[in-house]
Amino acid sequence: MKKELFIERILLFLALSSIGSLLIITVFIFWEGVPLIAHTGLKNFLLSSHWAPTRGHFGIFAMIVSSIFVTLGALVLGVPLGLACAIVLAEFSPDRVKTILKPTLELLAGIPSVVYGFLGVVWLVPLIRDYLGGPGLSVLAGSVILGIMILPTVISISIDALNAVPDLYRDGSIALGATNWQTVRRVVLPAASSGIITAIILGMGRAIGETMAVIMVAGNALKIPTSILDPARTLTANIALELGYASGRHREALFATGIVLFIIIMILNFSATIITRRR
Amino acid sequence: MRLDPRISQTLMKSLLWFLTGLTLFILIFIIVNISIKGLPQVTLAFLLEDPVDMGRGGGIFSTIVATIYVTALAILLASPLGVGSAIYLTEYTREGWVTRIIRFGAECLAGVPSIILGLFGFVLFVMKLGLGWSILSGGLTLAIMVLPIIIRTSEEAIKAVPQEYRLVCYSLGLSKWQTITRIVLPSALPGISTGIMLSVGRSLGETAVLLFTAGAALRTPLTVFDSGRTMAVHFYILAREGLSMPNAYGTAAILMISILLINIVAYGLMQHLMKRYS
Repeated sequence: MKKELFIERILLFLALSSIGSLLIITVFIFWEGVPLIAHTGLKNFLLSSHWAPTRGHFGIFAMIVSSIFVTLGALVLGVPLGLACAIVLAEFSPDRVKTILKPTLELLAGIPSVVYGFLGVVWLVPLIRDYLGGPGLSVLAGSVILGIMILPTVISISIDALNAVPDLYRDGSIALGATNWQTVRRVVLPAASSGIITAIILGMGRAIGETMAVIMVAGNALKIPTSILDPARTLTANIALELGYASGRHREALFATGIVLFIIIMILNFSATIITRRR
Repeated sequence: MRLDPRISQTLMKSLLWFLTGLTLFILIFIIVNISIKGLPQVTLAFLLEDPVDMGRGGGIFSTIVATIYVTALAILLASPLGVGSAIYLTEYTREGWVTRIIRFGAECLAGVPSIILGLFGFVLFVMKLGLGWSILSGGLTLAIMVLPIIIRTSEEAIKAVPQEYRLVCYSLGLSKWQTITRIVLPSALPGISTGIMLSVGRSLGETAVLLFTAGAALRTPLTVFDSGRTMAVHFYILAREGLSMPNAYGTAAILMISILLINIVAYGLMQHLMKRYS
């Protein structure tokens, strides 16, 4: 019996590894970044757009705005497309089509972000430059690529939400003479709404945290974008572009950028968890 | 004037199917495009020669070695932690605050963006622990990244093993641990392998984490303390610095096709397991 207890203790220890890692990550990111925020002042850090690390200016406002723009753009494209796929898969396709289509669409999740970024540079950026103007590397290019990259998240969570709606609801609606589409729009979608909102929130988290693809297509310019054809540097891109050579205050500033990103992501995750719980 | 419900239904269904078709088209476009331009580059020499002149010439051998090295290390570190966590969550506790904290930790960890993990791995392993840019630093950080994937899939797999199996073992006088190691884990093995394969897929394609923890040295890494450039990092550098488009496409093709194959097999295994126990 003593051995059993010993094993249980060890397993508990292993099970604490994920929450433990999360805590250590949080501590280290804050430990490295907070001194700079204290030095520059929270207001200056968050609300100034002046980023010139060599001269001691650390303002990330432009990057926060860029991250938000690119993420909203990704949602405009990714949510309708993902939701359409989810509705077709969960409601309108025969079983045989579903068993092929669902795993096929899941392959989108397996394509590495550098490949998305690369194809964005090769295909999308020239298209935007030639037909819409501007440098091509832009908020729009970032949004389109991220919109595609969040599809797997949006699709799979929305499908789960739609499947969780009991068939009784559908049968009742059909029996009252509604068409399939009326049933989906008036009965199934409202019933699945909290799950679909979770899907959108997690898609948002995925978009705002994505790094490599955005660096490759968004242009990384250090100013607030005024149109979707302007180049922009997101929070993630800022970290990845400069971490390689930064030191001292400059490196601390990158960790401080990480803190902002981390807090945004945690707020999104929290809201998703709370919405799912309530369901 | 209101549209006839049957007509609006036909319109909406066509629109939804069109959007689904568009998504499918994007996927196929990506796979076909990379394969057509990349596969002709892939020869035996390309796979077995080291990169020459920063990757402008030669093959990708050293990057394949670095990729396998760092991935294997990550899986080796994360599997015991992940499977152990899953066993604890499913077999040893009732749902309560302990499980809620553990699950919350795993969920949040899954949502942490890779650039944050890269920052973390860089400051802790590379700088503070003095491991430098190395296979070890990369493997440790990747292990944290794939841990939630292994926990989630292992938990599902263990839960799918019917309760009767356990009851029979207890009635035969086996202890809890014997039941788990001799009956539950072997039955759940296909599902656990799925989680491990998905983790391999995730690791192969990861760039942001490895760029800042494993570094970008082009020499073949020998020990875990050597720096190594993985295929994904190599592809990123080739493409971004415009060193060699043919080599970039070739690397991308190998990378993408291996990940897709791994994901397809993993999916098949999981379906197989679910069918057996449902």
